[in-house]
This record gives sequence, structure tokens and C-alpha cells, in this order.
Amino acid sequence: MLWMSTPPGHIDVSIEHKRADPARSDGRGDHPNTCPACGSHYRDEELADTLRVCPQCGHHFPVRAPERIAQLADPGTFDEEDAELRSADPLEFFDLKPYVERLAEAELRTDLGDAILTGRAAIDGHACRIAAMDFSFMGGSMGSVVGERFARACERSADEGGVVVSVAASGGARMQEGILALMQLPKTVAAVGDLQDAGGTLLSVLAHPTTGGVTASFASLGDVILAEPGALTSFAGPRVVAQTTREKLPDDFGLAESNYRFGHVDAVVVRSELRSTLARLLRLFGGGR
Amino acid sequence: MSNEAELGLRDRLAQLSGVKLLRGTRLSTELQRLERQLERLRDDTSDEEIWRRVALARHEKRPYTLDYVERLLDDWFELHGDRGRIDDRAIVAGLGLLAGRTVAVIGHQKGRDLKERAIRNFGMANPEGYRKAIRTMQLADRHGFPIVTLVDTPGAHPGIAAEQHGQGGAIARSQAAMLRLGVPTVAVVIGEGGSGGAVAIAVADRVLMQENAIYTVISPEGCAAILWRDAAKAKKAASAFKPDAAHCLELRVIDGIVPEPEGGAHADPDAAAALLRESLIAHLNDLASLAPDELRRSRRAKFRSMGVLAQV
Repeated sequence: MLWMSTPPGHIDVSIEHKRADPARSDGRGDHPNTCPACGSHYRDEELADTLRVCPQCGHHFPVRAPERIAQLADPGTFDEEDAELRSADPLEFFDLKPYVERLAEAELRTDLGDAILTGRAAIDGHACRIAAMDFSFMGGSMGSVVGERFARACERSADEGGVVVSVAASGGARMQEGILALMQLPKTVAAVGDLQDAGGTLLSVLAHPTTGGVTASFASLGDVILAEPGALTSFAGPRVVAQTTREKLPDDFGLAESNYRFGHVDAVVVRSELRSTLARLLRLFGGGR
Repeated sequence: MSNEAELGLRDRLAQLSGVKLLRGTRLSTELQRLERQLERLRDDTSDEEIWRRVALARHEKRPYTLDYVERLLDDWFELHGDRGRIDDRAIVAGLGLLAGRTVAVIGHQKGRDLKERAIRNFGMANPEGYRKAIRTMQLADRHGFPIVTLVDTPGAHPGIAAEQHGQGGAIARSQAAMLRLGVPTVAVVIGEGGSGGAVAIAVADRVLMQENAIYTVISPEGCAAILWRDAAKAKKAASAFKPDAAHCLELRVIDGIVPEPEGGAHADPDAAAALLRESLIAHLNDLASLAPDELRRSRRAKFRSMGVLAQV
């Protein structure tokens, strides 16, 4: 498996842009293998062995899409689909850098064509499709390619009455694709509708962070919604809310545990049990016919 | 920009092109000719021109949803509440007669003065607002009433309670509900079409924009703060992501442009309402003969095909 040999790169999961607040970049705790919760530091292999969960305090480190698939799928079963799709640049978008340059850099750095990997797989012997997002590709932002790969995964599964397991990790819609990025919300919602109408199933896993347009589209429409402990899963980010309301936010604002309490997710599942939990659900949803 | 020949050209192009173009379908000769004309028009849309439209879309005298409701509908009966928790005043919903037939209207509502702005929360809805919209859509679906939505919001409300009550899920479910309807639906962006809070009620058979409306993935200020690290670069951001109606039509995100009176809708709200009425009736008539399944199928297909892709 080619993707297992790829060393996990640094994943910046600050969903509020770091650059907007230079005072925060003091360099401390910035190392990707230093636990932001307890300060313990690990070698890469140590973290890979624990599914990127801190053995000291249980903090869930972010997981890149290829590693996520390796954690969930039966060995050798993942068969990537739609790998040839790439973002176009219909707006010829240019901020401080051209969008095409940002795309090329992201592809070089992450070895991914865009912020989602999709394909066939089996989990504990149950055939399904996995759609795993990768925050390290432009903040996991959803543009035309993320929307298209997800929609195609749903369509192919709908033809078979099958199950799509999605693992979201996204800052929201990709600004560089403008209004077309916003249109990926109804696009993925339409794909889920077709999947579910055809008797198929969406099992939605929310990883840290799942915010903005992905929260406001497919990720919230799972037949079952699971979240990882401590994952920020909100529509608006905490800083935007704090600035708008000028109120002190609750400590668990927008976190998986809070969303569980308020009834927006079915279960908060620790990473070591995610695979077995999905396998149980695949068995249950497969038992209806 | 405001002359009718140009608007007609865009309408014509939208009709001819449909949604298949995004997937690389070959263009007919006629279509290519229209494309070239539109290209020339686009070149005329300068940064200043785009920013002028952003300002007009947000103009404090711009007609809001209820201004159109009173001019378009007879016998308006407003529906209140999400049947669960509260009545979100940032979204209005109700039934009325448009040209003699019952329609449901759902729209964001901004406030005119300080007090009303507070009551309406600047047109920024909470999850309860989207749930009111959903139940109104489902009511209309049961009774066969066509649905008109009027989109005018800076965005969904970013608040603590909004998150606790499921803002993201409410927006997702509102889109899902629209994609399931068997009645004709027309959405019109009448001012600001701000991000998820706007698209939540804009997943319609026909999506139109008024000539000076904007439709955006993020506010120009928000985009500038993130990408340029400077909210003051909003004008630059706006011209980069091109939120004006002409560009949205070019990208096939919308199906047509509703003309406004000279100087913008606020200059003559009665005339703006008359132009809106004309468009609404034309599009609703077009859709009237389609069976529920056909409406659903083609609506889903339209949104399914949104986006522009490349391949390696």
C-alpha cells in the first residue's frame, strides 16, 4: 500500500487562520507530535501505533486521509476511485497567490489530488465506500473536487444499495472557488438524498475540525452521526462567535461532547473503537433486507 | 448593464446552456456566439462596478422580503414558529395569492430601523428559522402550493445558542427538504445571498438574482480578513470572487437575472416589485406542467452538476 509509506506531514488544524493572529504563533507546542493537551511528545511511530491518540491523556491528534483509511479498512481492500479529478480555476482566483499555485503546493506537500480520498473498501468484511477528508490539503476545504468525489461515491453506492462511510475534517467551503464552492453544499446534499432514497446508508464520522460548509451539508445528514472525542464540530468557529456575541463561550463550545449533549450526534467514539463501531453499524444496516 | 437587451442575452444563454456545460458538453454554434457576447460584457464588469453592486445589495433603503410580499401578494397570511421552540423573526414564511393562485413565500427579513434590526437580527437566522422554513415547505408540498423564496441575509447567525441548537444541521436539512419537494420552487436573491444561511433556502428549480444582488461563499470582509489578512481589502476580495449576478449566471449557479429599475430597487420599490412579479409568474408558469417526480429529478440533477472540474 503506497499510502502507508507516506510519512504523516504536519497538519495545521487551527481553523481560525493563524496568520490573522500572529501573537499566537509563539512557536511553543507547535510540533505536530507534541500533545496540545498535556505537552507529551512522541516519535512518529509511537503515535502511529496508538492510532494518533495520546497515550498519556487521550487527546486525539488529527489523522490524514490515507492513514485514516488504513485504520478503518481491512488491509489491502481500499481501492481508490476518481483519483484523476482535479480542481479547475474558473474564477482565475488570485489573493496573495494564485489559486492554481496553492493547489500545486498542496498536492506536492500532501501527495493528494484534493482534500478527500474516496473509494471502495471493506470494514471487518463488510463492503462499503469510504470518503475520508484530509485537513492538510488546504484546510480540508470543500471545492468542486471534494463535492464531486463525495457525490460519485454516493451515486455508485446508491446503485448497489450500499453504505458510504464519510470521515469529515474540514474548515468549510473553499473560498478560492467562490460561489461554486457554496454550490457543493446542495450538490452533496442532493447526492445523500439520492443515496438514502435508493435504500443506501450514510455513516458520518466527524473528526476535528468539522466546520462551516461541511457541517452545513452532507456531514450532518448521516443516518448515524459519530464524532471523535474533543472534535470541534460547529457551523461557525469559536472566534467568529465570540466576536459576534461578545459573550464568554462555554468551555466545550462546539465540541463533540457538547453536540452529543444537545442531540446532534449519536455517539462520541474513541478512535480505538471507531473501526469496531462502524463494523457493528455496517452489520446492522446490512440486516434490514 | 441595465439595458434589457443584455439581460435578455443572459436569460437566453441560461436557457440554452442548461447545466450540462459544466460537464464539458460541446457548445452549439449559437451558444458559442452568446458566450462571446457575454465575455465582452464580463470584461466591462470592473472592480468598481462589482463593488457598486455590493453596496446596492446592502443599501439600507433596499426593499426587503415583506416590502415585496405586500406588493406581490393578495391576502397574505403569515405563519409563525418552528413548532418546537420559538418564532425566529429573521425568516418570514406564509401563504398568499400570486396572480390568483396560492403560493408559499419564505424569505429572510432584515430590519429598517434599529429596533426592527434587533428583532430581525439583521436577517441572520437561527436554526429555528430554518426549521420554520422547512415546515412551511412541507406544508406547501402537501397542498401543492408552489414555493417562492426570497434570499437576503449576510449569513446564518453565528451564536452560542445557534450552535447548541444545531445551526449546521438545520441548514443541511433545509437544503435536503427543498431537494425532496414535488412542487415548483423559485428562489430569488433580492439583496445579500450570504453563504450557507442563504443557500439553505435557495435550492430551487429556478434560482434568480436581482440585477444588483450578490451571492457569496463568504462575505467580502470575511474573505479579505482570511486571505489578505486585512478586512479593509474587501473590495479586492469581492472582485476576486465575483459575487455579482452576471458572473453567477455565467457559472450557471443561477438561471436568470431579474432587472431592477434605474438606480436600483430602492429607487422605485413598486417598479422593482412589478419586475419581480413578472419574472416569478413566467418561471412558475414554465414549471407548472411538470410532474412532482420530474421536478424533483431535474432539481437534483441541476445541483448535482454544479462545479467545474479538471482531470489529470
